[in-house]
Amino acid sequence: MIGADALSGGAMQLIGSLLEQRTGQQIAANRAWRIETALKPVLRERGLPSLDALVGQLLGARTGELADQVVDVLLNQETSFFRDVAVHDQVAAAATAMQAEIGNRRLRIWSAGCSTGQEPLSLAMLFAEKAEGFPMPPEIVATDVSAAALARGRAGRYSQFEIQRGLPVRRMVEWFDTVDGEWVARPELVRRVQFRQQNLTADAPPPGKFDLILCRNVMLYFSLPLRRQVFDRLASAIRPGGLLVLGAGETVIGLTDHFTPSEAYRGFYRASGPAATTLAAAG
Amino acid sequence: MKTCLVVDDSKVIRKVARHILETLDFEVREAGDGREALDSCLATPPDVVLLDWNMPVMSGMDFLRALKNSGIEQRPKVVFCTTENGMAYIRAAIEAGADEYVMKPFDRETLESKLQIVGVA
Repeated sequence: MIGADALSGGAMQLIGSLLEQRTGQQIAANRAWRIETALKPVLRERGLPSLDALVGQLLGARTGELADQVVDVLLNQETSFFRDVAVHDQVAAAATAMQAEIGNRRLRIWSAGCSTGQEPLSLAMLFAEKAEGFPMPPEIVATDVSAAALARGRAGRYSQFEIQRGLPVRRMVEWFDTVDGEWVARPELVRRVQFRQQNLTADAPPPGKFDLILCRNVMLYFSLPLRRQVFDRLASAIRPGGLLVLGAGETVIGLTDHFTPSEAYRGFYRASGPAATTLAAAG
Repeated sequence: MKTCLVVDDSKVIRKVARHILETLDFEVREAGDGREALDSCLATPPDVVLLDWNMPVMSGMDFLRALKNSGIEQRPKVVFCTTENGMAYIRAAIEAGADEYVMKPFDRETLESKLQIVGVA
């Protein structure tokens, strides 16, 4: 039986395609319930009686502010501070080794798909505490498709639940203050990160070449053809010999030869030289 | 299997914490105040103590100081778990030797994350 708020198949398809067009993210059929759950606050806020009414408004203005809001609430923004401690230990080791290779040039790191900012702020804390071996702190550029998520990252403002996920208490008191029951990153920490809006599936990467790119738990939401395109885009933004870090369940294997698994760092992928190509026939 | 001693004067909190910890494969012991907790630690040290702040008989802070002065060889990790969520309390706990701090209310992910940080999960 379909409930009063349940979406019809056509409406579900429309919302799913809006998300995919804007961000490349796909919602699996068995996760379709997420659409209804995520959109309920939008209905309340806008005083709309049903999801069908929301879809009706979307059809009237698919490029407007309502569409932006719908896309924002549907994006999976799951993240946490120091998500996967072993990865951060390896990032620190790899960055130290790279800095030794490149001499006095400032190391450049891109956190691609940074969601609400916990990953780049974790990197900023890591390198603020690890100044030795770095002539200047690495440049950290953080991008996400969601303007709302980036706004939260720039504000550095987190709930009690968010601040406790992965963040050791000593770092919490060192880098955050409490304001009105929330935890706010100190300006000297937030200043270490450049937040920029960028759609990995459509926009050019931030300018210049990066030494290290973290793009974790992002690819898994893209179709295989789209993953190949995104690997091309990431490859265009990394220097030969640079390192790409993916999420635990993600790989380049069978999708691109721009990157090959690193022998030194588990789950890291080294950028090949300029002759590499995307594997068009794979997958 | 790692052992966690849950110290809280609330039976409900002990029950909730026990449930979460058992799903994380911990053997769970319970104490209703700091004095009971200290006796339990001195008899058989657990790997980690999940410690409330305000309790009758002996508070969490008094327990922490007594544990520090007890000369216990295998000092367990101590994770405060309390509604005292102000910065001054958190700093005081760290200065007294707490290894981590969980602000109530908490959920499974928070507890798991903090236990990973202190190296017992």
